[in-house]
Order: sequence, then C-alpha cells, then structure tokens
Amino acid sequence: MNKQLVAGLFFCLLPAVAIGAQYDITVDKVQIDTGDFVEEGIGYNGASPGPTLRFKEGEVATINVTNNLDEMTSVHWHGLILPFEQDGVPGISFPGIKPGETFTYEFPIAQAGTYWFHSHSGFQEPNGAYGAIVIEPEDREPFRYDRDYVVQLTDKHPHSGDRIMRNLKTSADYYNRHQQTVGDFIGEAAEQGFFATLKDRLMWGGMRMMKADVEDVQGFTGLINGKGPAQNWTGLFKPGERVRLRFINSSAMTYFDVRIPGLEMTVVQADGNNVQPVTVDEFRIGVAETYDVIVRIKDEKAYTIFAESMGRSGYARGTLAPEEGMEAQVPELREAPLLTMADMAGHMDHQGMDHEAMGHPAMNHEAMDHAAMGQREVADEGMNHEMAGMDHAGMGHSSGNALPTDPFYASGSGLSPVAANGGKFLSYSDLKAQHPLYEERDPTREIELRLTGNMERYEWSINGIKYEHADPIVLQYGERVRFKFVNETMMTHPMHLHGMWSILDVGEGKWNPLKHVISVAPATTVYMETEVDAPGEWAFHCHLSYHAAAGMFRKIVVEGGPEQRGGNS
Amino acid sequence: MNRHTFTERTLIFILATLILTTPALAEEISGKETQTARTFWGLAAEKLEYRYSDTDEELAYIEGDAFYGTDELKLRWLLEAEWDKAHSAWETLENQFVIQTPVSEFWDAKAGLRVDTPKGQNRRYGVLGLTGLAPQWLEVDTSLFVSDKGDASMDFEVEYELLVTNYWIASASFETRIAFHEDRETGVGEGLNHTETGIRLSYDLAYRSFSPYVGVVHERQYGAAADMTEAEGGDTENWFAVIGARMMF
Ligand SMILES: [Cu+2]
Repeated sequence: MNKQLVAGLFFCLLPAVAIGAQYDITVDKVQIDTGDFVEEGIGYNGASPGPTLRFKEGEVATINVTNNLDEMTSVHWHGLILPFEQDGVPGISFPGIKPGETFTYEFPIAQAGTYWFHSHSGFQEPNGAYGAIVIEPEDREPFRYDRDYVVQLTDKHPHSGDRIMRNLKTSADYYNRHQQTVGDFIGEAAEQGFFATLKDRLMWGGMRMMKADVEDVQGFTGLINGKGPAQNWTGLFKPGERVRLRFINSSAMTYFDVRIPGLEMTVVQADGNNVQPVTVDEFRIGVAETYDVIVRIKDEKAYTIFAESMGRSGYARGTLAPEEGMEAQVPELREAPLLTMADMAGHMDHQGMDHEAMGHPAMNHEAMDHAAMGQREVADEGMNHEMAGMDHAGMGHSSGNALPTDPFYASGSGLSPVAANGGKFLSYSDLKAQHPLYEERDPTREIELRLTGNMERYEWSINGIKYEHADPIVLQYGERVRFKFVNETMMTHPMHLHGMWSILDVGEGKWNPLKHVISVAPATTVYMETEVDAPGEWAFHCHLSYHAAAGMFRKIVVEGGPEQRGGNS
Repeated sequence: MNRHTFTERTLIFILATLILTTPALAEEISGKETQTARTFWGLAAEKLEYRYSDTDEELAYIEGDAFYGTDELKLRWLLEAEWDKAHSAWETLENQFVIQTPVSEFWDAKAGLRVDTPKGQNRRYGVLGLTGLAPQWLEVDTSLFVSDKGDASMDFEVEYELLVTNYWIASASFETRIAFHEDRETGVGEGLNHTETGIRLSYDLAYRSFSPYVGVVHERQYGAAADMTEAEGGDTENWFAVIGARMMF
C-alpha cells in the first residue's frame, strides 16, 4: 500500500484541502490512580485518558502513533467516517502497530461533533487506552454555549482485561455481587407470600437464568476524565453561562444513568450528530455512545454530575462549580434493578424455536405459552402487556406500578429507566436529526441479526455464531440496508458499526437520527438502516469489551464502489 | 480389553487431542489482534481442607482442576487426593486428564484417562463423563470409569450453592461411587461403595480467588466395600469437621 498514493487520492477528493492538524501519540504503560486503587494500565502520551484531539471539519488529520508497548497495538477512531485502511482494526483494516513501530494515520475529517478513540487490540481499551475527539464544524453550530467540557466516563477495574475475561470464562457470575440471597427470599416471601416467591425462584432456576444479570462486570470505580469519585473532576463556570458537556461513555462494560441534580440538560447531539434539542432530567448513555448536552447555570453554587451504573454497582462523579474545591451533595445509589419475565421473553422464544427439539428440559408451560405467542417486537406493544401482566400478577414482581413506558425496552422490563426526580428521562424515540444527512429512500434489503449468547458459559454471538466461525456480512456499495436486531439475551448490547452511519429507526422517517452505536435492550427488536457508502472491510460488534471478545463480532465487507483502495489484502 | 492396546490407544488419543488443539493456539495470536479472545486457562482448588474425624483421624483433602482451551474444546486436569496423617500416605490420589466439549446449552461431555497412584495398588482407567448445570442451579458431574483390568464403575457428584449473602455462601455437596465389578485390590466392592455428604459455609475474602470455609462432612461405606474396610480394621462411617479454603486463579 503506497502512502503517497493515498495522500494523492485525498488531494483529488478534497478540492480545497486545508492544512491539517498533526498529532504525535505514544502508546505507553501508565499508572492509573482512581482514588480507590492504583493499577498499571495503558495510556496515550503517558496518561489515561489520552489527550483530547481537536480537529476542524474539512481538514486532513495526520496522527503519528508510536507503540512503546512490548505487544501489538492499534488506534481506532470511533465514529469517524474515513477510508477503511485508516480505521485501525487489526486483522480487518490493517495489520496493527508492532512494538517500537510508528504508524501514520492520515484521513480527511468529514464530519463534526464529539467522538473518541481507543485501542482495538486485546483488552488495551479497558486497561486505559482511550481519549476524546472534538471536531469543530465548518458552519456555525445551531446552538449557543459559553464553555465546553469533555466529560469522558469509564469503568476502571482493579483487574486487568485479560484476567476479567478469564474469570468470566471460568465462572460467568464471578463479578456479580447483586445476586438474590436468602435474605431477599425471606423479604419477598413476607411481602408476596411464600409460595409465590418460591414459584418465582423455581421458574428462574428452571431456566438457569438470573434476574440479577444486569451487569456482568462489577467492582469498578467510575471515572470522569480519569478522576474517581473522591478525586472529583471539576468544570468551572460563571453564573449565567451555558455550558456544553460532551459526555462520552468509554467504559468497557458499563451503561451509565447520568443526571446533574438541580439542572436540566438540553441534549443537542447524539453520537456526534446534531439532534433537535430535547430537555431532560436524566439520560442513559450506552457503552461507546456520546451525548452532548447544554446546561444553563444561573446560581453561584456547585452541582454534582452523577453517573450511576445501570445496575447500580458503581458510579462516576464530578462537579460543576464557580470555583475549584466547591462541592455539592453526592446522591446515594438507587436500588439495583432486577430483570423481569418481560426481559426473558426473547430468550424463551429462542429456546422454544431452537432447543425444544433437543429435549430441552427447562421450559415450563407458562414459558411455552408466551414463547408460542412469539412476541418480542418493540413496535407492537399489545402482546407484550400479557407478559408484563403475568409478571406482575403471577410472579410476584414488586415494582412496576404504572412505569412510564419507553418503546426501546420490553414492556414491563426491569431495566426501563426512570428519572430520579420523577422528571423526563431521555428515550431513543426523543432523538430526531437536526438536518437529515441522507435522502429518505426504501431499503434495498433487510438483514436480521439475532443477538445471542449463553450466559452460563459466557459465550456471546450473532445468529448463534461466534466471530471465529462466522462468514463476513457482505454488503454492496450503493445499497441501503435495513438491519433488524433481535435481542434474544437478557443483557443490553451496544451494537457498533464501523465506517458508516447507523440510522436508528425511531419512526420519524427522514428525521431518524444518525448514530454509531445502537443499544438493544433485552427482548426487544430494534431497526437501523445504513447507506452503504464506504467501500472496504469494516468491523461490526457489540461494544461491551468482553462480549466482543467472546464472539459478538462480525466483519462486514462492502463490495464495489468507486474508489476501492488497497484491495482485499 | 488388553492392557497394552488400552494404554496405546490412550496415548494416541491424547496425542491426537494435542494435535487438534494446536490450530486453536495459532488462532489465538490473530484473535488477540482483533480484540477477540479464543483460548483460556483456569486453575482452581474447589476444596483444600483439613479434616478431623469423630474418631480422631486427621486427613488433608484436595479437590481441584486446571483447564486450558477454547469454548469448543478444553484440556482439563482433575485432581482428587486424600492424605492420611497417621499413615503419612496418600489414601486416595486420582488424576484425570480429559478433553471436554459442550454437548448442549448447559452440558459438557468429557473423555480421557484417570490415573490412580495412592498407597497400594495403582490403576489406570478410561473416563467418559458428563458435567454441567441442571435446572435449579444444581452442578452435576458424573463419570463412567473402565479400568485397565476391565472393571467398570461410576461417580456421581452434585453440588448446590445457597447465597446467605453475596459473600457468605453455604454449599451442600453429595458424592457417591457405584461399581459394576469388584476390584478387591483397591478395596472396591460391587454396587454402592460409599457416599460423602458435606455442607460448608464460606466467605469470599478476596474476590472469588480466596474463600475460607468451615464445614461438616459425613462419609459412609456400604456393602462389599464396607466389609473390606472392616476387615482391615477401618471405620465404615465417619463424621469430619473440616476447615479449608476454595481458591481460584
Ligand atoms: Cu454484548
């Protein structure tokens, strides 16, 4: 592959090439101090997180990455639209960066917004190899703000990524300390009756599934811009200012529910793309997603940025304050959610279809009836109420009194988010594109991707097949493909397509938002469409590090296209 | 079955296994590059304990395993050994080397070789087993053994963990051995040989890697096996107080 040729091509592609931004990045072993523990990790330019890279839309980025590790590395520019050889996925886009080697990434910046970068090699990303990207648009932004902070969240664990993966493979519940106990049984029996509680436990035990399978890696310390809750990352403001906060979830495994008690947040961007502003009290940020919000702060006092994990096993905390050292009250973690029958529906359906013939013993009659209904579509809520109804009445589920429904969760799901102050919680259905990037047209075909797994073995897959055994998904340049995600597991999966936009179907036609990560909750079906406009070979995977590593990963090959560079080598 | 051919077959079997698993190793190198992981290893001592019986007998007991492999195929070494303090000798010393592969959503089949080298007669066996998770979270492990003398027997083990809290765990275990043939030299009688029932209360002190426990174990021998033990002047029924730790690396 001739570098000059690539450079030459860029000059052809961009009639007016601006003088680009240049960065030198080293990949280093670093010490990470979370305030709770100090661990060796991997960072950029001697620190984790690495530097925030700033670009301007339309320029050419040149980034020299020097590998100071004694193992291979790579840098992936998450969410950036670029030639596939620059995408940084070893084994797909390029061979990787050897120890001691310097690799030069060079690509045009074709978009604006908030993104991030991270290693795509081994478990370097959970070990600390990540940083933020901020791209200034060519045109004026459609919203005003006085200050601008990156708020990069992560879930730093005292164990290395390799060790976590090994422990999960040895015992899938190794890190789960939110399991139901004898005490929970007694408490529930007192409330719901002994037999109802026993029936509930036997039902879940019969399926060999756990209501508590919300977070499979617990025990981390949540960080904001590399700082633990006690170290309290602080962003300063002057009263009366509008502050833009660029939330990036760089966690290995953790979804965060984010709020700033006392402030409303206006969401203006999702995954780097402008959305029609929506004001919320709280939002859930999936792994690898980004949300830009604007807060208007009138009072001269401190506010806590509180990001508690979806399973309530940990949190990140920072502060917005008029001066350094000021603090606001830090809320308590809310009660941990439990999965319900509704979250199990996709799994049962799958079992009914694939395992019944093998004489699978675990199916009880209730389960079968519901599986037979075959209902797991988000769009069609009617049938799901049956599931919820049974859950509440028969299975002794304790909460769920008229919860606000979010169509992106199974109806009656234990994961349906609720704002701490009872206010507005952001839903995917609130996201509408500010300016549609693509013309609306009918998809040329639909590809169904079932998100599958076996929690007990800690195996994760797509359509029941793991990465190492799967054929690539082949797309044709110029297609518009509709992807149908069917989550048959009890965990939430943030699905990330490299190189092309994921147009999330929220039922708004051409106003459907552009994203790079689509979070799919248990027992739901979610659709996205992709304009296949980027030739080459791309990665596509669940962004939970250990799910991707266990096989929830695919290669996507885009055939054809005007200027396929590099061939299929 | 002729002893030589049995040993040879076993060797060929183990060699073939190693050859078959080598490509998986090579795969790992490329796997690592693309943020995926293919091969894993683990090392655990499920039980590592000191046993003190109601007749003042003192024993050290270990039950552990090590594995290496992929989701599809694992090499596993299982060890079960009992050290008798009074005789300064291994009362039992069983090593199993098996390959293990999933056969259904919750069950693995295993096959390989068991080598017993306690005091007294040594034995080698072919092993065929099934291990997995039964409904209601019962961990089941069962194996069929055929010795190089042609004697067959089977083991059945089941364990259940009750979470008192998320750190205090009570585990109940039951273990039994049934023989289809008598093997007098190793003290195995036809039919039900013995049962071992235990209950242990552990606390996860350092993640799940170190969990000390205390417990009670009841051991009983039956039928011909009991007769042989009695003839040697041993006890056919024992209550033990145990103290030990579960370890996982
Ligand atoms: Cu996943």
